[in-house]
Order: sequence, then C-alpha cells, then structure tokens
Amino acid sequence: MKVKELLFAPVFSNNPIALQILGICSALAVTSKLSVTLVMCIALTSVTAFSNLFVSLVRNHAPGNIRIIVQMTIIASLVIVVDEVLKAYAYEISKQLSVFVGLIITNCIVMGRAEAFAMKNPPLASFFDGVGNGLGYSAILIALAVIRELFGSGTLLGYQILPLATEGGWYTPNGLLLMPPSAFFLIGLFIWGIRAWKKDQIEEPDYKMAPNTKPQAKEA
Amino acid sequence: MANNDSIKKTLTVTILLCIVCSVVVSTAAVLLRPVQEVNKSLDFKRNILAAAGLSDEAASKGVEVVFNDRVNTRAIDFSTGKFTDAVAVAKYDQRKASKDPARSEDLSADQDLAKIGSREEYGLVYMIEGDSGLDTIVLPIRGYGLWSTLYGFMALDSDLNTVVGLGFYEHGETPGLGGEVDNPAWKALWEGKKAYGENGEAELNVIKGMVDAGTKNAEHKVDGLSGATLTSRGVGNLVQFWLGEDGYKSFLTNLKKGEA
Repeated sequence: MKVKELLFAPVFSNNPIALQILGICSALAVTSKLSVTLVMCIALTSVTAFSNLFVSLVRNHAPGNIRIIVQMTIIASLVIVVDEVLKAYAYEISKQLSVFVGLIITNCIVMGRAEAFAMKNPPLASFFDGVGNGLGYSAILIALAVIRELFGSGTLLGYQILPLATEGGWYTPNGLLLMPPSAFFLIGLFIWGIRAWKKDQIEEPDYKMAPNTKPQAKEA
Repeated sequence: MANNDSIKKTLTVTILLCIVCSVVVSTAAVLLRPVQEVNKSLDFKRNILAAAGLSDEAASKGVEVVFNDRVNTRAIDFSTGKFTDAVAVAKYDQRKASKDPARSEDLSADQDLAKIGSREEYGLVYMIEGDSGLDTIVLPIRGYGLWSTLYGFMALDSDLNTVVGLGFYEHGETPGLGGEVDNPAWKALWEGKKAYGENGEAELNVIKGMVDAGTKNAEHKVDGLSGATLTSRGVGNLVQFWLGEDGYKSFLTNLKKGEA
C-alpha cells in the first residue's frame, strides 16, 4: 500500500470517528477548548503510530491467546510515557486534560488499529497507518473544538473572537456547546455531511420496511 | 506460527514484554520526575502570587525570584490559632497531612461545611511583607464543589478582612460552567469584599444571581456562576468554613491582636 493512501485515506474516506465510529468518548470530552484538543490529538496520534509500530514488530511472535494483552501492555506503556512527558513539558494543558490522557489506553482507535492493521502488516506501513488514523481523529476533533470553543465561549485558543455580552460585546455564548452532548450532535452532522459527499460510505440498511399489508380502507 | 502458542513461547513473550515495558515506563518516570516537580511547585507559587495580586510582578521578574523575595511562609496551629514551629515549613506537605489520621482532625457533619472530611492540625500561611509590616496574607483553602475538591488560595489585605484575591489552582469542575471559577472576570469580583461582619462572624459568601451593589451587606456577597449552582454553593461553603472557627478565624483574630 502506498504511504500517501495510508496517511490520508483515514482522514475522509475511512475516518475512524465518522465511518468506523471509534473513539467517540474522548471526542466528546476534550473538545470544549481548542488548545486542549490539539494536545490530545498530538498525544493520540503519537500513541497510535508507535503502538502500531511496536505491535507490528512483535506480531510474528505474539501468541494468539494473549495477543490482546500484548497489545494492551504496549499501548498502556506508551500512554504512561506520553502522560509523563506532558506533565513535564506541558503542565498547564496536562492539568486540563487530566484523566483523558490516561484514557487513551481505552481509546478504541488505538486498539482497533493495532488489532485490525498492525497484526497483519509490516512495521513501517503500520506506523503510517497509525499516523493516518491519528490524523483522521484529529481532523474531526479540531473541527469540533473550533465550533464548540468559538460558539460556546466566543474564543479560539483562548483569544476572544466574538465579544461576549457579559463583557460588553454582543455575543451571547451557547452554553450547550460547552457540554459534552453537543459534540454528539455535531459528530452526527459531520457524518451526515461526509456521507452526503461520499455516497459509498452510506451503509446498506439492516432491514427494509415492509409495505403496509393491511388492506387500505375503502373510500366511503 | 502454531509454535507461538506453546506454553514456553507464551511465557517467554510475556516476561520479555513486561520487562521491556516496565523499563521504558520507569525510565520515563524517573527521568522526568525533576522537571515535573519543578512545574508543580512553580504552579503552586504562581497561584499564591496570583491570589496576592502579584501576577504582573511575577511575570516580569520570574515566579521564583518574587516568591523568595516577598513571601514569608509560616506554619500555624489551627487549634491554638498561633504560629508554630512544630513542623518544618520547607518540608511540610500539607495535603498529605490532611489525609493522615494521625496528623489531622475529623470534622463532624455540621462542622464540615467544605466537605473535606478532615482538617490537618497544622497549616501553612504565606505572608507577603512590605516596608510597613504585613502587606497581604495568603491562606490555602479547599472544599468540595460539584465533582471535585477545589484547591486554592484566598488573600486578605493587612486589615485581615478585605479580600485581595481568590483563585483555585486545582479542580475538576465542568469546563465552561463550574470551571468558570478560573474566569478572571469572576475572580475579580472577590476583590475588595469583606470577610467578616461587624460582630466578627464570617459573612463572605457566594449568592445565587448577581449582587446588587445597593443591597445591604453587598460587601459580603459575590455573584454566583450561572449554570453552576452547585459549584458556586461549594465555593461559598468552603470560604465560610475556612474563615470560620475550624479554619483561620482564631488565627486571624490573634494575628490582629498581635498575639499570634
């Protein structure tokens, strides 16, 4: 597979959030501020990339019975390292991300890519697949964070864009956008948008509505 | 690759993997520990200075410099309300002590406004001294909000009654709602409020809605945060607690009389 395809296919055509519906939990939790989101995206992308790389390196030696545990151990170690690095070099942001860095361990994207891709592909391709999926995740998260921070608090990266009514401006912020459920609505809209654009992502319906079998009432 | 599943191979892979991973994790933890400690103590000091209104000075001269220069850290005994030398200021870990049954005192339900469970015997206070004696005193405060314990500082002016600033350096309240305790505009509301009423009772509290400057006792009231009733109530309660009998009240009274 080509590197370009590995890197960019997950952004739109096979987005981990929008098509695979993985990693929704952190997409809700860390997107109320753009700065926090950016750090989370970098953290997740590096964890996915390196866990894919290492899982792929040991794939021919990992016993089938414990392969998930092997993957988890690798992922968990990487996450702890990332968490420690953040605490040392991005203290303010790591305080805001708090538990969510730790929760990357349970992020379905990392695990999903390790099991679905890295176990079957060589290390380098797996690494790029990890970066690509990280980028796909980041694309959605950044879009969410921009909308939520801009319309939820009138700021972007902490800079006031829309002057708030409480501080003498004209914009009354939408409090719902700061709450996690708003990310659900936004993700839903994104999925709708992407599927309207790329029709091949539309899934076959699981069932078809049967025609109404009851005889139509005769007109009197 | 069927031989991968033999018991011997499984054990070898597991043990090797665990060793490699634990070495990596512990190396990272050990190597980064010093940088993290520095960050943590800097953040702590920065917040003390921020509560005392010295942020600008700290930003221009550096937090360490201003802190060492201006702040005198003293230990106090909550039960006597006086300074004490029972603990070494530099080494005392107040947060650890508050959780240690041997070094803290359990609070009964009606004492425990701030919902902290127990209060340490000794506390640290940060005195900022100017040319004419005490300028500002920074008192560590903490209490439960909606989701989390809020840790912060309240700074009082030299009259030990006027609030200079209040801020939290650690909490887990909802960003945008309870998390607005970090909003500079809200923190500014505390400035100039009076902690104690005429009869010496702790009056300062957070109310629901906006404080009308014309109302009686407006100097003891701070606007609640909209959309964060429980966090606001928690902050009000914790301020009441720390200003009260089980908090700094007796110490502040003694200090005012010059008997601390």
